[in-house]
Amino acid sequence: MAVLVLLYGAFLITAPSVFTHPLIYMSFLQTVPPLLVLGLGLTLVITAGEIDLSFPAVVALSGFAFSWVFKNIPGAWAPWLGVLAALAAGALVGYLNGLMVAKAGVPSIMATLAAQFFWYGMTILLAGGLQLNLKEVESTAVHTLLTGRIFGIIPAQAVWALGLTVLFWFILNRHTFGESIMFIGDSPVVARVMGIDVEATKIRLFTLMGVVAAFAGLLLTIEINVFFPNQGSGFMLPVMAAVFIGGTLISGGKGSIVGTFFGSYIINSLQAGVVATGITSYWVQSVMGLIMAAAIIINVSIGEGRLKGITERLQHWGLPIRTQISLTAPKPGGQTKTDDASHRNGKEEG
Amino acid sequence: MAEEAYQQTAIKMVNIEKYFGVVCALRDINISVGKNEIVGLLGDNGAGKSTLVKILTGVYSPTRGDMFIAGRKVDFKNYNVRKAHDLGIETVYQDKSLGEKQCLWRNFFIGRQITNSLGFIDIKKEKAIADEIMIHTIGFRGKGITVESKVSQLSGGERQGVAIGRAMHFQAELIILDEPTVALSLKEVRKVLNFVHKIKEAGKACVYISHDIQDVYEISDRFIIIDRGEIVKSIVKTEISLKGLDDFLLEYAHGLKDNG
Repeated sequence: MAVLVLLYGAFLITAPSVFTHPLIYMSFLQTVPPLLVLGLGLTLVITAGEIDLSFPAVVALSGFAFSWVFKNIPGAWAPWLGVLAALAAGALVGYLNGLMVAKAGVPSIMATLAAQFFWYGMTILLAGGLQLNLKEVESTAVHTLLTGRIFGIIPAQAVWALGLTVLFWFILNRHTFGESIMFIGDSPVVARVMGIDVEATKIRLFTLMGVVAAFAGLLLTIEINVFFPNQGSGFMLPVMAAVFIGGTLISGGKGSIVGTFFGSYIINSLQAGVVATGITSYWVQSVMGLIMAAAIIINVSIGEGRLKGITERLQHWGLPIRTQISLTAPKPGGQTKTDDASHRNGKEEG
Repeated sequence: MAEEAYQQTAIKMVNIEKYFGVVCALRDINISVGKNEIVGLLGDNGAGKSTLVKILTGVYSPTRGDMFIAGRKVDFKNYNVRKAHDLGIETVYQDKSLGEKQCLWRNFFIGRQITNSLGFIDIKKEKAIADEIMIHTIGFRGKGITVESKVSQLSGGERQGVAIGRAMHFQAELIILDEPTVALSLKEVRKVLNFVHKIKEAGKACVYISHDIQDVYEISDRFIIIDRGEIVKSIVKTEISLKGLDDFLLEYAHGLKDNG
């Protein structure tokens, strides 16, 4: 992905000591997975033309569910029961979101915003606003399985995230569920006419998103062995940015799992990279915003064959820009832009 | 009578009524369509054409009445779009039949994918069959359109061709075309009419709904005219000229005739 390469190029120049050191990549393997896992679920939701704003609350709630079961239920099975409780809590929240959207017809942005407030509030209430220390988790098999270090160095969550990426790619591109999601995002009317059960698919979709968010919550809680009531709150915007940078259409109908995969790394690198370049901390957020906007514009242009138009416009304004991406270079036959886009779209699946 | 010319019926509606609350949308609807008959359904806006189509295709249930598909009574409690597909009834809508951003092969199989037991799609097979339909059933040859093309790249007429080809591939016995030529250029309308001729050649039945009397006249074997939720007349093509049909419809449109 062009943006990722460009970004790394920039960071290699501006912060060579950090970005040539293997440690930062090891750290990415630990910090990217929760973001990526959330992004995978959200990619499907956005592809269906919906949105889920409640996942940060699910991240917190699932962490609490795990912690509570782990602390309050005796026996060796407690951590496993905790995992089950966390995933079940996520599934419940997601299922209720699905019911609100599919059965009651509430627009998903409102339904899940309400859910975000409600479940976030419930989590703080149940936890009494306190964080929970889970030092004993470290010695359990659950800890090893979810967040252990393979060969002593590779974080297990990286393997989970990669596995889920592959799974979600197959779900979206090779499974009837994914195809239903794409057609619903394209047009619910067409989907219904073609015999897709739109309501059931949406309920399943939101439930899946809930489970995925709960899994991300587990990764976060178990990695640091501490539960924070506000542990999901920083994820809302970065996850969305990752999905959109990846080329998933906000209008629905087309989603890219591969794009979200790279998008997550881009967002995470940005967070680390902008800091590493030594910019004054007051600037960090603004610079991130700028880079994100640029990345999304580049991606949208590549995706829709509009880059040629943009560079032409820039040249028209007097900027000495030569089209650096050969894909959009005009062909001898003088082909139209839509032709260019279609050839690429045909090959570029996923 | 016209019906007698077609011994076997693809579909038959008996005394169908449909109320929306207290509003009567359809009353005393008795229609039959023969197995290889093309019926043109005519009527002004709000006459009840689309309600009738939605009952046929399983989107609505009628308030009263019976329907027989290939001679077998339909259980309306158990009748929906998918069931209609299973029974060989396919619908091509003016613009709601295809997913715009999806490639053609996905559009061919949506709702009826070829899958393994886990629900994963056999892409190779779907593409091969879609390719076959494109070339042999629809006759898209050397037009730069492949099964990988997105629907949004197709012209309006080609889209209807894809939808009709899909319906024919899935062994539809009755294909309902609901205003398939609205907003199409003349050249594209011609393409759609050619596709409809292919339905007839393949020995299937068709209900063709359109405002354009000329198109309807050209391809239909028989015309059914409905007005204010009731069937006004059923005329065989050989009994009426295009001019005659046009005059007949105009009289209704101007309210000169009252079907009381």
